[in-house]
Amino acid sequence: MKEKSWKEIPIGGLILEAGNAEKYLTGSWRTFRPVLNKEKCTNCLLCWIYCPDSSVIVEEEKTKGFLYSHCKGCGICANVCPFDAIEMIEEAKYRQKQGEQKEGGT
Amino acid sequence: MAKILALTGDETAAEAMRQINPDVVAAYPITPQTEIVQTYSQFVADGEVDTEMVRVESEHSAMSACIGAAASGARAITATCANGLALMWEILYIAASYRLPIVMSVANRALSGPINIHCDHSDSMGARDSGWIQLYSENCQEIYDSLIQAVKIGENKDVLLPVMVCFDGFIISHSTERIDILEDEEIKNFIGDFKIEHSLLDIDNPVTYGPLDLFDYYFEHKRQQVEAMEKALPVIKEVGKDYGKLSGRDYGLVEKFNMDESDMVIIALGSTAGNIKATIQELKEKGINVGLLKIRAFRPFPQEEVRQALQDKTCVAVMDRAASFGAVGGPVFLEVRSSLYELNKRPQIISYIYGLGGRDVTVEHIKKVVDELSGIKKSGKVENLVNYLGVRE
Repeated sequence: MKEKSWKEIPIGGLILEAGNAEKYLTGSWRTFRPVLNKEKCTNCLLCWIYCPDSSVIVEEEKTKGFLYSHCKGCGICANVCPFDAIEMIEEAKYRQKQGEQKEGGT
Repeated sequence: MAKILALTGDETAAEAMRQINPDVVAAYPITPQTEIVQTYSQFVADGEVDTEMVRVESEHSAMSACIGAAASGARAITATCANGLALMWEILYIAASYRLPIVMSVANRALSGPINIHCDHSDSMGARDSGWIQLYSENCQEIYDSLIQAVKIGENKDVLLPVMVCFDGFIISHSTERIDILEDEEIKNFIGDFKIEHSLLDIDNPVTYGPLDLFDYYFEHKRQQVEAMEKALPVIKEVGKDYGKLSGRDYGLVEKFNMDESDMVIIALGSTAGNIKATIQELKEKGINVGLLKIRAFRPFPQEEVRQALQDKTCVAVMDRAASFGAVGGPVFLEVRSSLYELNKRPQIISYIYGLGGRDVTVEHIKKVVDELSGIKKSGKVENLVNYLGVRE
């Protein structure tokens, strides 16, 4: 997204477009990454309810994983999960393990 | 027909507010501003205005409530001074950066400590970089006139900034003067309606006020504020002229008194300008000529006007009712001195810090300044750049 000059943006720091936080990628802030264990997960969706950033992906009422482009790694999902189905892994260690994978989507 | 009333500075501010009839007043009392809020709450209780009066628990809340109101499209007014203004500090910047044209009276009072309730400009001078327009009033009439104009200046589409109308605590806030009051209807027509472009309550066109703004856009928003301040310069002049047509009293960024007659100038703002005028008239009878350049708008600073007024002068004394600790001279001095830098031929300049904590400044003090200016004129030298007028050495 090309950054605009001070003459091209609304004054007062106002955001006039509803829901545009989606365009602002914040996944790079994360130091811990939630990883879903599908065998333990019962699809109770508590994580989806508690996630402060809509970063839990649910399809057909089933937990599919996390939107890592926006997940900041707060760990609330892992904390509220009654089945220990979400593990918080140190991002650096995870990346080391996976090799340097490019960030994007799920 | 306009009416003539005898009012104190605080009562004058409340009377101007009554005629502005803002949608919201959120304020907290503090000496010597208390009578503004007190008088205005009586107007509210008596049903003389349509204002929603919010009795907040602190000045921090007062400004926060004004911001909420203004962001929803309401015309919001408040008043404070000294420690109250200091408690508002954080929110002053937010009001300015959200570009909300809130109007606020400041009955200038010394900041603690040690605690002091009397006049100096340490409160509003500290807030000079908060992004608010600052107009300083010499007397009660100017409080009334500037509060009315403040609404129109702040709400101008090219400006959209909050405006502080400052006047000297006790010296003006508690002095009774003769005030020309315009008709309610004239004021109503002059200020018109406030129509905000993006209201927080417009659910069909949702808007976010105050989102996180990091290294990618914060700087651009600050650049916009700089631009708005620059645009405020001609707007203050235009509104001052329009108001002159309505009231017979013209206003600009500065006021000149006896300036054409003299090559020695004293610069001041607030009530001290009145003392200086009286001194100038007295000295004139003895054949001594001094000019006064009164600064009405301190933010934005009228650099061009100041430069033009001083370019042919020999020597200038700048009076500051606030110390800027660690700086070379008071805040007004720093601005004036900086404004003269590009001139090929600059007048000699001297700084006077005076009147801190309400220390009286008399005609005798001003005469001492004139004497020293005469000395500088003769010798062409400033012996001591920064001076403390009225302090016991």
